[in-house]
Amino acid sequence: MNVDVLNRGPVAAVSNTRLAVADCDIHPVIRSLRESLYPYLLSRWRHHLETYGMSQRVAYQDGAPPYPKGTPNAARRDSWPPGGAPGTDLDFMRAQHLDANNVAFAVCNPLMPSGQGFANPQLSAAMCHATNEWQKYALIARERRLRASVVVPYEDTAASVAEIELRAGDPDFAQVLLLSRTAEPLGQPRYRPIFEAAVRAGLPVAIHAFGYGGSPITSGGWPSYYIEEMAGHSQNSQALLSSLVIEGVFESLPSLRVIIVEAGFAWLPALCARLDKHWLRMRDETPELRRLPSEYIREQVWLTTQPMEEPETHEHLHDIIDWIGWDRLLFASDYPHWDFDDPATALPLRLTEEQRQKFFLDNARALYGMA
Amino acid sequence: LLPYLSDHWRAQMVQRGMRELDTIAYPANAPITARPDWRAGTDKAGSSLDRVRAEALDPFSTSIAICHCLYGVQALHSEDMAAAFARAVNQWIASEWLDREPRLRASIVVPTQNVEMAVDEIEHWAADRRFVQVLVLASGDALLGKRQYWPIYAAALRHGLPIGIHAGSAYHNPNTAAGWASTVTEDYVGQAQSFQSQLTSLICEGVFSKFPTLQVVLLESGFTWLAPHMWRLTKYWRGLRPEIPWVQRAPSEIVRDNVRLTLQPVDAPPDTDQLHRMIDHMGSDRLLLFSTDYPHWQFDGTDAMPAGLSPDLTRRILIDNALETYARLRETGP
Repeated sequence: MNVDVLNRGPVAAVSNTRLAVADCDIHPVIRSLRESLYPYLLSRWRHHLETYGMSQRVAYQDGAPPYPKGTPNAARRDSWPPGGAPGTDLDFMRAQHLDANNVAFAVCNPLMPSGQGFANPQLSAAMCHATNEWQKYALIARERRLRASVVVPYEDTAASVAEIELRAGDPDFAQVLLLSRTAEPLGQPRYRPIFEAAVRAGLPVAIHAFGYGGSPITSGGWPSYYIEEMAGHSQNSQALLSSLVIEGVFESLPSLRVIIVEAGFAWLPALCARLDKHWLRMRDETPELRRLPSEYIREQVWLTTQPMEEPETHEHLHDIIDWIGWDRLLFASDYPHWDFDDPATALPLRLTEEQRQKFFLDNARALYGMA
Repeated sequence: LLPYLSDHWRAQMVQRGMRELDTIAYPANAPITARPDWRAGTDKAGSSLDRVRAEALDPFSTSIAICHCLYGVQALHSEDMAAAFARAVNQWIASEWLDREPRLRASIVVPTQNVEMAVDEIEHWAADRRFVQVLVLASGDALLGKRQYWPIYAAALRHGLPIGIHAGSAYHNPNTAAGWASTVTEDYVGQAQSFQSQLTSLICEGVFSKFPTLQVVLLESGFTWLAPHMWRLTKYWRGLRPEIPWVQRAPSEIVRDNVRLTLQPVDAPPDTDQLHRMIDHMGSDRLLLFSTDYPHWQFDGTDAMPAGLSPDLTRRILIDNALETYARLRETGP
């Protein structure tokens, strides 16, 4: 499909005929550091940013991606608002996405440059805090369909816990947000207090694909292409989920709820089968686990749907969702990114009304406690 | 291996007090490493030909079996030492196994640390038709699609040898896609992700565009992850193919033509209906090759084949698919 991005008309009018959806992964973007985050940063950090910039464990200044994206800003070509970058204009986002797709509520996952994964831990903590303030005052205060994520500097456990405790009880925040590419697998003990703090605050922990933790996205070294990095997020998420299960994070925190975001979901049944089989064989290595890995996952893990896997035979996807459970997937569009899933076309299956309602809305409502 | 090493390397081993190169992928006493009844009464399961005959060949009525020696050759940092050990391992296989048991075939262990040396190793053994495949590990220094490795594929193709990628790592990179895992369980479970990454790399770098008849066999990889992975990769290929214009066919089609997987371990839930549907999702009955993974503990008794498969699929897995994949097996027949 070709979209005329220069001479496009007004964005589509509100569609009342569309089913209401919860969108569990959208990406609002700051207009600029100066305009959006400086009000929430000490002068020390403003000076630091202007003098030394941001180092995110990649080679290029200010985190320019070493795998250049498939489109500018990885965005839909039609998502550029007049005079700004995709995701920076709330009114444009309302018209193009929230209204047009009848979004009942949407969870904001701010990405680069949110402060997460920065090499400098103090700057990371300061930026994450500022990003949360910006979400609260620039987004949620102006649009009640949006909910914020508690963005935490996950490589600094104490600072992360402090940020979660600061946001506990604030209804503007729906979840704690981590990126998937951490310095070590997320089940390791150094990260445990973050999960404990989230449980205390009653917030699920969303783990969004991306970030740079310093090690390759494959166990065999760095790939060459953006397409490999994108496909690789699912291997990375499978590995981090294995770590959370086998290291006993779910066992020790039975009320912890984890959401795997933007890593696909069709891989989960095969991973569960492999975890169960080989954990049973070697269970004396992790005797603290008292249940099958798949049981922890079935009760404590949710996944967002975008980018939805597309089998040649659509019905195969139906099998996969049957195996995962119709109550565990959360619709997400990834607006305004290029691989946006349109709720009208993203799930080409014959569904019962109950299945459709759960998939697009009710699972998210139940998880986030939204009316 | 000492008898198969040159004087220089024998002296080096002794002078430097080198120990065995047993890989941490399979710790000696871990359950995955050997089935209890195959371990009984021996220091090292699978280390005697009589036991292999009695445990791995006869009970399955096996007419041909391919040996993969997982010795830590590829994990050495010295290219010269790796090449010396690869040669010794292959010589040991030829002399102590292939010469003594006509049902056995083997894969050529190559020092992937140095591509020229790896090609030399293939050339050295290629005339011996009992070597039917080239063996590399699922995780090495660099991803296997990278152009630096292509001379290995050219050499394999010249001699009608598939590339076998076996579970295992050189442990030169963190052993999972999320970093260094704490446990053997995570390491072993994570092998399935290593294979996914390698398949992505081989396809996206254009190995099958350059070598359209190359066969790649994934060994001890599991296979229930394959279909979902290909759905994802094919979707991204549709969106991002201008980045890799040499990939002209959908990744899912490439896999059906060029990639095969061994049967064990069968990573599926106890519900056989789900397993049958997972196999159906793979979209071809040509993909699976029978394997026991002997002496690793993947199943009990002789129940290597999943229950309830159709007679046609059973014959394909047991016989036909392997004969179609390995040109050299067709020379003698099963």
